[in-house]
Amino acid sequence: MKRSKTMELGVGLFMLAGILGLVFLGLRVSGMTLNASGDTFRLEANFANIGSLKPRARVTMAGVTVGRISAIELDTEWYDARVVMELDSDLEGELSRDTTAAILTAGLLGEQYVGLSVGGDPEMLADGDTIRDTQSAVVLEELIQQFVSNMVND
Amino acid sequence: MIGSLRRLGRFGCNALESLGRAGGFLLLSAFAVPSREGFGLWVRQMHFVGVLSLAIVLVSGLFIGMVLALQGYTILVEFGAEQALGQMVALSLLRELAPVVAALLFAGRAGSALTAEIGLMKATEQLSSMEMIGVDPLRRVVAPRLWAGFVALPLLTVGFSVVGIWGGYLVGVEWLGGFEGSYWGNMQSSVEFLDDVGNGMIKSMVFAVVVTWIAVFQGYDLIPTSEGISRATTRTVVYSSLAVLGLDFVLTAVMFGGLS
Repeated sequence: MKRSKTMELGVGLFMLAGILGLVFLGLRVSGMTLNASGDTFRLEANFANIGSLKPRARVTMAGVTVGRISAIELDTEWYDARVVMELDSDLEGELSRDTTAAILTAGLLGEQYVGLSVGGDPEMLADGDTIRDTQSAVVLEELIQQFVSNMVND
Repeated sequence: MIGSLRRLGRFGCNALESLGRAGGFLLLSAFAVPSREGFGLWVRQMHFVGVLSLAIVLVSGLFIGMVLALQGYTILVEFGAEQALGQMVALSLLRELAPVVAALLFAGRAGSALTAEIGLMKATEQLSSMEMIGVDPLRRVVAPRLWAGFVALPLLTVGFSVVGIWGGYLVGVEWLGGFEGSYWGNMQSSVEFLDDVGNGMIKSMVFAVVVTWIAVFQGYDLIPTSEGISRATTRTVVYSSLAVLGLDFVLTAVMFGGLS
């Protein structure tokens, strides 16, 4: 009888370890957050070219992650990309109206993310506003093309 | 000419017949009404099939993660892309290596033992004695082993992935000096929970069903002699390894390959 109890304990620990492992894979490896979506606010930004930016990519400010990209869609009015970002609600009313958004790359081959930097406007961005001043992703082919055409002109 | 045709026909009929028998067997035992002591029997089998397989699976996972990081680092560093190491280790473990290698180890460690155990029960006529006293051996012997396998292998696969990713971290970051932030950061931005972890878990559930089914059926269906037991044990390992590797290609093609 005692043997069966320790056996049950072992099996229980085994299953608990499996479930904890799954939680680890969810939180640490695939980077899901337990935060409810309630404490975020939305900002939009239009980019001429987003490169290979993907939904769920990071939004950073001075290198600190402050939010994630929730959706990317084509704006058929201007034919550019509209990027919807979910930012921490701490920043609501703290970002000036002339904040700029740029698409940056982590390292040479790393993932692309959005970097925000504040300006000096006294008016602040509110939930659902659009960032006007944006800088598109650097596309390597375009850079090479510019470089080659400059060489030809010289 | 006609003789060889008939042999081919007989081979086909036999193969279909045993497939049908195995299918009926799976249905009958997996969905048998659990008896009152069923849970206790299941716990006992979980202990044998799951807890005791933990050591070999975790140690293999650690070394596979370490080797992945070592190989990946030396190749990626040539392209100046060593920050993609975490992504490479995590994706290859979650999508392919953890389900497949854990299933192969499981077939060797637990599947062969299941076959031999049930086979010896059959050879010593314990199974027919149970039938004589009115106990259904499918419910009493087979069903707990089957369900223990179904539950244990996915859990072992999770353990394999976790330990492998930690082993990759140990080698890539602690020993070779990669940057810790990019190891976890690139991993988190490229791994999708449902697409990568979820599909890996679906794979390992399919493998669990296939491997345990083959092991238990080979034990139940063998010729009850000492030679028959040894043949059946070998067949378990061979068939389940082949089935796992073949099914892995099919599942990968459906899940990630865009073949349809």
